Amino acid sequence: MAYFLQQFINAVQLGSIYALVALGYSMVYGVLRFINFAHGDIFMVGALLAYVGAGFLLRLANQIFLPGAVVFVGTMLFSMAGTTLIALLIEKVAYRPLRQYRLSVVITALGMGVLLEHLALVIVGPWRLSFPLLVANHVYRFGGVSISTIQLLIIFVSLALMILLEFLVQRTKQGMAMRAISYDRETLPLMGVSVNQIVSLTFAISSCLAAAGGLLYGHAYPIVEPYMGITVGWKSFISAVVGGIGSIRGAVLGGFILGFVEIGAGAVFPSRMRDLISFVVLMTVLLIRPTGIYGVARRQKV
Amino acid sequence: MLKKVYVLLLVLALSGILSSCAPAAPAEVLVGINAEITGAIPMVGAACKNSAEMATEEINSAGGLDIGGKKYTVKLVIADNENKPESAAAAATKLVSQDKVLIHIGANASKNAIPASSVCNELQCPMISPWSTNPNTTLYKPWVFRACFIDSFQAGVNAQFGQEEFNTDKGAVLFDIGSDACYYQGFFFKETWEKLGGTIVAFETFTTGDKDFTAQLTKIKESGAKVLYVPQYYDEVPLIVQQANRLGVTEDIHIIGHDGWESPDLCKLCGSDCNGLFFTTHWAVDIAGAKTQAFIQKYKQQYGVDPDSVAGLTYDAMYLFFRAAQDCGKLTGNLQTDRACIKDALANMKDFEGVTGTMTPTEQGDMIKSVHIVEIDCDAGVFKWYKTVEPKTF
Repeated sequence: MAYFLQQFINAVQLGSIYALVALGYSMVYGVLRFINFAHGDIFMVGALLAYVGAGFLLRLANQIFLPGAVVFVGTMLFSMAGTTLIALLIEKVAYRPLRQYRLSVVITALGMGVLLEHLALVIVGPWRLSFPLLVANHVYRFGGVSISTIQLLIIFVSLALMILLEFLVQRTKQGMAMRAISYDRETLPLMGVSVNQIVSLTFAISSCLAAAGGLLYGHAYPIVEPYMGITVGWKSFISAVVGGIGSIRGAVLGGFILGFVEIGAGAVFPSRMRDLISFVVLMTVLLIRPTGIYGVARRQKV
Repeated sequence: MLKKVYVLLLVLALSGILSSCAPAAPAEVLVGINAEITGAIPMVGAACKNSAEMATEEINSAGGLDIGGKKYTVKLVIADNENKPESAAAAATKLVSQDKVLIHIGANASKNAIPASSVCNELQCPMISPWSTNPNTTLYKPWVFRACFIDSFQAGVNAQFGQEEFNTDKGAVLFDIGSDACYYQGFFFKETWEKLGGTIVAFETFTTGDKDFTAQLTKIKESGAKVLYVPQYYDEVPLIVQQANRLGVTEDIHIIGHDGWESPDLCKLCGSDCNGLFFTTHWAVDIAGAKTQAFIQKYKQQYGVDPDSVAGLTYDAMYLFFRAAQDCGKLTGNLQTDRACIKDALANMKDFEGVTGTMTPTEQGDMIKSVHIVEIDCDAGVFKWYKTVEPKTF
């Protein structure tokens, strides 16, 4: 029992990070109907910026008194701001001019991902950087189950961000515009809503979530490097598709499903078969629900 | 006029050829060093060259190498392989067929040592690679030896160490199924562990690039293992150890590893999480033993730096050759006969005592030798020598 509870916690931790990154894929797809393949690398930029910000704030905390929470939130805001700037720039330079050309924009997205990786490679080098922990880690024991401060932090912060996002999308005017644009992009401008503004907002939100994901990931797996975004990126993309791309709840659910399937496959079966089993499960989900769990089949307008 | 010049040139050229045919300065043996002097790992080449020079100087200042009562002066011929496989092969060809060395020592990195070993085996010149741990360096090459142990041997030593040190028969392994080196080590550890009477209660794998090991670690914790062997590299080990600590796995499980852990970056990435863990290695600067310490002191004095594993192993490779030459009894002057004699002497050597430990070559030319176990102390930033496991076949 304790064993399964422990694996459950492991899965929630992994799933939270996948969910945060998957949200970015899903939101951009919902608004623009295109897959932002650079998103995994945006996540990497978020982690690297968090590394820089954390280093700076920790040094500052040595000189003047700064509570741990301030350092953590400060790092997160710094990383979010930087990542948002980069994502907006990418959107403006590489996506907006090509918005009509579905296929080309996929290629520029892939290109931007490679560009970010190599830019990071030039700036920080191929070395693995040790991510500083911004909270004192303590391992709590309940029977045979261990849960650490960091695991609690990851789960708590991601859930808080998801609730905040849900509020933003469901309860604010901008959120309503985002939902509207996803419903009908042709009619929306006629209602006096600027599509470009909403697209920028979507990119800003999705990259903020990726930055938070990067910071939390850095705490869970404290080694960051320029290629870290590739695997996380495509796994989150899978999560978004399985959950139903375009749907926010779908992305969250998809992230947790992938986390549970990956951990579960390793926990129940020999770990040699883990990837095999987890992908069979994911493919089965898609065969049963081709549009993903929360996905809606859309009529293709000709 | 022009004719005279030609004649003069011809005479000069002839005299050159004749003089080279004349009996060479007596009593000299040539040792070829094929080292990574330039390229990405110049530290390796420098250490190799330093140690070879030090050993040569020692033997020469003692009056030379005594072979069957006759003293020979040892002379080094150093070739740079630029840390490139093709240059390593070219350097080996030059040393063996042009410089006519009696023995070829080097290259160090496996990617250079493998092509060099093919050349030496083809041209039938004995070769000792100080540092190459890849099995292919010596595989099916009777002329090729090495001064270090190979990976599979290390896994066996770890199995033995794990059972004896922690007094248990329950072991576990966690390794990357996508990397051949790690895969073999994982399987070899299991094999030896079971041969020594233990059971492997958890045999867990992951895929290259994975960062999350919580599922496997939780399983290992549940399995009741007491020793966990992680034949991975210094960039993955910190993640595994940190997650193990957070899951409480390390409370009753001892994580041990191999020389892939050895890097200054291990401590940078792992911090105090890795403190107290053990891994096997070729070398440590605080190995006990008068011979080793004397070498370390002398090297430090001469070159101003601590000798690393390449330095220790090259030094041993040189003395392996000296001993093989002495075992030979006498040199005939016929290069091919003498080379064959050195090869046989190397193959038949028993319990050679070097600075890196006691060693005996296997039929394949790999060493059954002492393995050093070091303990990690990241607060001090050092890997402390813990004990030396004496050679044993598994």
